[in-house]
Amino acid sequence: MNHYELMVIFTPVLSDEDYKASQKKYADLVAELGGATVHSNPWGLKSLAYPIQKKTTGIYWVFEFTAPADANEKLKIQMLRDEKVMRHMITRLDKYAVEYNHVKRNGGFAMQDKEKQEA
Amino acid sequence: MAKNEIKYLTAIKQEKPKKKFCRFKKYGIKYVDYKDIDFLKKFVNEQGKLLPRRLSGNSLKYQRKVQEAVKKARQMALLPYVTDLLK
Repeated sequence: MNHYELMVIFTPVLSDEDYKASQKKYADLVAELGGATVHSNPWGLKSLAYPIQKKTTGIYWVFEFTAPADANEKLKIQMLRDEKVMRHMITRLDKYAVEYNHVKRNGGFAMQDKEKQEA
Repeated sequence: MAKNEIKYLTAIKQEKPKKKFCRFKKYGIKYVDYKDIDFLKKFVNEQGKLLPRRLSGNSLKYQRKVQEAVKKARQMALLPYVTDLLK
């Protein structure tokens, strides 16, 4: 069971409950493929650094989960088929990344961010 | 010797460039998060291009992690590929 992190950009025209519905859909899909959700972090509407498909804003969603290695292929097929999804990226998290996300979620980086600021 | 060359008793101390250090080793940062934009912006110049190691002072191992994180951020439209006055 490897740790993965999925980041998805939905089209900005998505309504709120569609947004929640598609989040749930993909979370259930991961669970159905034998994975488990670790943390879901909807960022909401954000402006993009460059236009994608002629749109300058997108709804971001970051989803951290653990899954067997072959689950991602099916997830990718679903993602490509879904036209609400503009772009998605699945990254594998190594142990430092998992620990980083864990500490970040529990607010452990408040001080360190200041450290990075003056560095 | 040029007439107008002024001689000083002690040599003028030119400003020694600040000793560069790899911030990842110093602060023990092990993972460069591609979602942490304002941290990544320290390694990117105004046009949005990656800074070379001699300017960013990173060691090779962490410069590669930064490079990979910046490219992921660009892929997910968090950082622009090319722009002006990014900062």
